[in-house]
Amino acid sequence: MPKVTIDEKVVDVPEGTNLIEAARLGGIEVPHYCYHPKLSVAGNCRMCLVEIEKQPKLQIACNTKVAEGMVVKTQNPRVEKARRSVLEFILINHPIDCPICDQAGECKLQEYYMKHDLAVSRFPIEEKVHKDKAVDLGPWVMLDMERCILCTRCVRFCQEVAEVNELCVSERGDHSTLTTFPGAKLENPYSANVVEICPVGALTNKDFRFKCRVWFLKRTESVCPGCSMGCNINIDQNEGEIHRLTPRVNEEVNEHWMCDEGRLTYKPVNQKNRLRFAKMGEKDLHPDEVLRAVREMMTGVDPNLVCGIGSAQFTNEDNYALASFLKELGSSHLFYHRFEPAHPSVDDYLIKADKNPNTKGVSTLGFKEIGGDRRFKFFFVLGALPEEALNRIALEQQKKVILFNPWDEETVHYADTLLPVGTFAETEGTFTNCQGRVQRIRAAFPPPGEGRPVWQWLTHLTRLFEKPAPNYTTAPALFLSMANQIAAFRGLDYEKIGNQGMLLKG
Amino acid sequence: MDRVLTANFDHPDVDKLPVYEGRGGYRSLKKVFSLKPEQVIEEVKSSGLRGRGGAGFGTGMKWGFVPQNSGKPIYLCVNADEGEPGTFKDRELLLRDPHRLIEGVIIASYAIRCHTAYLYLRGEFFEPYQKLEAAIREAYTKGYLGKNILGTGYDLDLHIHRGAGGYICGEETALIESLEGKRGYPRLKPPFPAVQGLFGCPTVVNNVETLSALPYILEKGAASYKKMGTEKSPGTKLFSISGPVQKPGVYEIELGYPLRKFIHEDAGGMLPGKILKAVIPGGSSVPILDASEVEQVNLDYESMNQFGTFLGSGGVIVIDEDFCLVKALKVLAKFYAHESCGQCSPCREGTGWVHKIMTRMEAGKGTPADLDLLLNLADNMTGQTICVLADSIAMPTRSYIKKFRQEFEDHVALQKCSKM
Repeated sequence: MPKVTIDEKVVDVPEGTNLIEAARLGGIEVPHYCYHPKLSVAGNCRMCLVEIEKQPKLQIACNTKVAEGMVVKTQNPRVEKARRSVLEFILINHPIDCPICDQAGECKLQEYYMKHDLAVSRFPIEEKVHKDKAVDLGPWVMLDMERCILCTRCVRFCQEVAEVNELCVSERGDHSTLTTFPGAKLENPYSANVVEICPVGALTNKDFRFKCRVWFLKRTESVCPGCSMGCNINIDQNEGEIHRLTPRVNEEVNEHWMCDEGRLTYKPVNQKNRLRFAKMGEKDLHPDEVLRAVREMMTGVDPNLVCGIGSAQFTNEDNYALASFLKELGSSHLFYHRFEPAHPSVDDYLIKADKNPNTKGVSTLGFKEIGGDRRFKFFFVLGALPEEALNRIALEQQKKVILFNPWDEETVHYADTLLPVGTFAETEGTFTNCQGRVQRIRAAFPPPGEGRPVWQWLTHLTRLFEKPAPNYTTAPALFLSMANQIAAFRGLDYEKIGNQGMLLKG
Repeated sequence: MDRVLTANFDHPDVDKLPVYEGRGGYRSLKKVFSLKPEQVIEEVKSSGLRGRGGAGFGTGMKWGFVPQNSGKPIYLCVNADEGEPGTFKDRELLLRDPHRLIEGVIIASYAIRCHTAYLYLRGEFFEPYQKLEAAIREAYTKGYLGKNILGTGYDLDLHIHRGAGGYICGEETALIESLEGKRGYPRLKPPFPAVQGLFGCPTVVNNVETLSALPYILEKGAASYKKMGTEKSPGTKLFSISGPVQKPGVYEIELGYPLRKFIHEDAGGMLPGKILKAVIPGGSSVPILDASEVEQVNLDYESMNQFGTFLGSGGVIVIDEDFCLVKALKVLAKFYAHESCGQCSPCREGTGWVHKIMTRMEAGKGTPADLDLLLNLADNMTGQTICVLADSIAMPTRSYIKKFRQEFEDHVALQKCSKM
């Protein structure tokens, strides 16, 4: 591995590494706009100019590969002067409209200006080139051309990642304009990713723009519940209202991206019809009352008439808690449903046909897909059942259904007892994606009202039944028990899963 | 001096194959095909021929960079996208002696083992296009192009691609991009075209004039060519002279020839009543020479470098005392701002900025601070970008202001042009 000296620091990096990444490995940030680790090198912003010993001209770090013995300076006066001058050029025609720009607070132009420049403009404001504002590029993205610095990350994203020709640059010089090809729209299934890779406020997400200043957002690491891929995401919320989901880097799963469809999965969390209180019939009840009523209902019941219906929409922990609860009742009848049916929107990249985040997990825990078995009378169900599942088990006919659900919706009228639980955004636990990767989701905020995790409801119930399990106080504790009991989970450690996930055994 | 490039210029109908052949055309091929490709490269190397597109890089050496074992086809691109303001030499070669170029293309292609050559022709050159197209057709008919050329087993196809009007497509990697059907953006280097050029294959891009010198070199020998010119700048070169001189036009001149003599003798001197103030010697993008420098400098690469400028494309623009340099710089800035491809921030924004300052200044609204601002911008635009278009306005800006600062200051102080 070549050794390079960057700002007096010797870094040992793999062959073929460029200087931006090499510096990063050494803890040094080389400022850049057009470079993106997942896209081809364009080398147009000129922000990453660095000095390399024995080379007369400054070189762009993004297009320079390390070589043994290379000596690089990223912050001497010459480099800093070049950087300031590039910033000045980029800023002369920029509208400097930070107060009304959605990017403010997470804008590289702002950041680098504050960090490296802070110069007063030498360019008269009335001489700025004016370009189109609020250009509708497609279903997700708006363009403010005056803010665009023409780094072409978005153009390259479309060509190289989404593999479509939708965006291009037309015109020349300082009249260059980002645009869609004639007759085309920015409408590929991954189109909104261009918003995150846009280093400035030129591309904004129609679903997010004008909703919230970014410095009010709190970020929680999670996993997209939109399909079995389990793309890693951030939940950005303020005071319990989710404003956006953004992709989080996981090279083994979604790299840097997520699909547009996945970005909408937060909408039901914010919905008005959340189930806030436990209910029997039409009546809201105190949790203790409901739990007592359930215990009474179940007293003396033949365990063979009891079944648990897990869900590919719920975490491993919730499903596992259900399984252990049923086991204590003496029933081993475990089925699961995929709430979302297989879907035609699918590709060979991130979009999977199975629109449930945890099908692999629930089946690994020993749940069987719902069949035609109609003998059960008592049902503990995670999440609203799809129509087709309802018909298969004939739930409607004089059955007792205890349903754990985040929403109070028309379609769950078959449930005798409704217990409020959190959505993915309000739940701590794990999903197992289609690769068999166990990934953690985290609660961005608590569920509304009396909502609590399934495993917590069941822990309270077991106490009433005076059974030993499930009895958990935290999701990690539950996970530990699962890792001890379930072969495929053996050896997995909740902490080690971290934010990148770990593969199931086998 | 032998006329290497213009020997046929005075002969009508030499664009017709029989006439060209009658004047000894295509005769070099027999010798070329009797040599190995490497020997042709050696011959060109020892002639000292340097690229005539502007950079002056050794032609034989450029060919030598082409890897012969890449397993990919090798391409030759003829750069006929002559667009440098003040330069109109290639146009004359294309119009007046197209077969010489074709002969040169065959020699170069054979030397680098290329079987498909593309001629990237400036879009506005419609008449040259017609002449070339006809000449290529004749060459195919007579077996100089196509399969099994002259029974040697060597195949070569030559295609014309007409540009769409971008100055930047004369930059060799932008030319390649454009030829591939893409937007004319110069490419990052490395990789260099010799290794990864057209369609990702090894590619040589040569200027029209460079290729047109090959038939002479191969027929008469490198030694004859090297006898002309200076040691480091051997041979002859075309110079296109414009401005207030008696006989503007294209001249073939032995390198090392004094610029003064070229202007005052070959080009007939200044028009009556006109006094020479300055000369842009190598196309619009090179630094300007003042009258005293014009007296001393010679037309070769080294002498020009000594005076801080470049031989460039050989586009000699003569400027007289009555012509306002503020206006000259404004016109140039407008051109480069218009032609900047817009990729690199310093060029995209800098060319436009210089143009705006110059427009203001020319209109009498400049400030004394503008001059230092321009010099500072010129520095900030130099050597920071993918190609040299930004340098091409930075160099004139710096040299005009440094050498003629008084004229700029007067313009600013008077708030108008003193030349009118």
